[in-house]
Amino acid sequence: MKSLIERVSTKYNLQEVVQQRDNLVFAYVDKELAIDMVTYMRDYEGYAHFTLMSCVDWIEDGKFQLLYLLNNPETKTEFGIKVAIDRDNAVMQSAHHLWEQIWTYQRELKEAFGIDFPGSPRVDEDFVVEGWDDMPHMRRDFDTNKYAEETYFMREGRKSYDPATYMREKLYPKQPVTAKKNKDEQ
Amino acid sequence: MNELLKKAEANASTKEEKSFVRPEDEEREVIAPDGSIIKVNPIYDYFSGEKPSVEKPNKGVVEKFLNWARAESIWVLGFGTGCGSIEIPPLMTPRFDAFRFGVQMRPTPRQSNAFIISGYLSVKTLKRVIRSYEQMPSPKYVIALGSCTINGGMYYDSYSTINRLDKYMPVDVYIAGCMPRPEALLAGFVKLKEIIKSGKGEGANLYAENFDEYKANQKKVIKDWNMPDYNW
Repeated sequence: MKSLIERVSTKYNLQEVVQQRDNLVFAYVDKELAIDMVTYMRDYEGYAHFTLMSCVDWIEDGKFQLLYLLNNPETKTEFGIKVAIDRDNAVMQSAHHLWEQIWTYQRELKEAFGIDFPGSPRVDEDFVVEGWDDMPHMRRDFDTNKYAEETYFMREGRKSYDPATYMREKLYPKQPVTAKKNKDEQ
Repeated sequence: MNELLKKAEANASTKEEKSFVRPEDEEREVIAPDGSIIKVNPIYDYFSGEKPSVEKPNKGVVEKFLNWARAESIWVLGFGTGCGSIEIPPLMTPRFDAFRFGVQMRPTPRQSNAFIISGYLSVKTLKRVIRSYEQMPSPKYVIALGSCTINGGMYYDSYSTINRLDKYMPVDVYIAGCMPRPEALLAGFVKLKEIIKSGKGEGANLYAENFDEYKANQKKVIKDWNMPDYNW
């Protein structure tokens, strides 16, 4: 695994390489080199099995982080290739030519995060939610509670409690709550 | 981001013009084998263009007898909508044995008169549920299983699941819990029988009376409406 990391990191300028286990590595690659690297890993390093593709919304950094998780069936190791793409201009090169199932992932990401993959088959079609006309629903600035209140009919009388105080009052009703609060403040 | 917002606004303004009808369902002209031209409108050719009508209950003993008979044969549509559908298969085992209540599962809506909404109901499933519910012959009954059908349950703030089922179709029995066990479902069947026997199981008539209101609520959430207004 170490020799592989050394070999690849000089070739593709890997950043933030993290070896989580003996058989699991994550690394950031530049957006332009990402699909090249996925192809290289598949064709030359034996990472022929595509496990999954996912996305994380780092709204504070203004980035989407894409993850291509590849598996080597012979050495039983996994390599996660991370790519940071701009949040305002979310376009990524499509990788559906490498493994056919990738276009399903890309279609899902297009719907959930609004990341475009030009050239990917059926990428503009509805995937899970039908007839969606708001902003992509998995973006973190989408207020799902507000949307639900506006769209669906809330039933009145719904209450929510702070679990800690509720359980304390229920289990120890004689003990005043304020005493505990003072302790916290000290 | 601003571009996306603008796109959403533009979509909202042109929503009425946008058609979600699938290409195979579009109104068109077809050339028959003998050369004549036939106009085809698949959505309305196969379905009733009329609204459902109210069927008045019979008088006196006749209705009582009918209600007794209806209560003893509850045929449930085998349609699992959410996580609660896993509670239905055990009902048909010797341990819970729903057959002794006159309950059995049927594969199609045309053969059944009870609908169990089992758990959370996403908008996508609601569309199929409405389609199935409207195809069931009346009198028909709806059992809402689980907290999600009452007030949204743990999915109350989800963008894709509805909160109150009774806004979209009339509900006869609610079974609270997350998830209710099969025993609770059996208790629900007993309750439903009581309701039917006392002549209060008028869900189908309620749906026909308030058809426009229910339809407006349904169309508010189902944005890609590409089916007939009444799927009978």
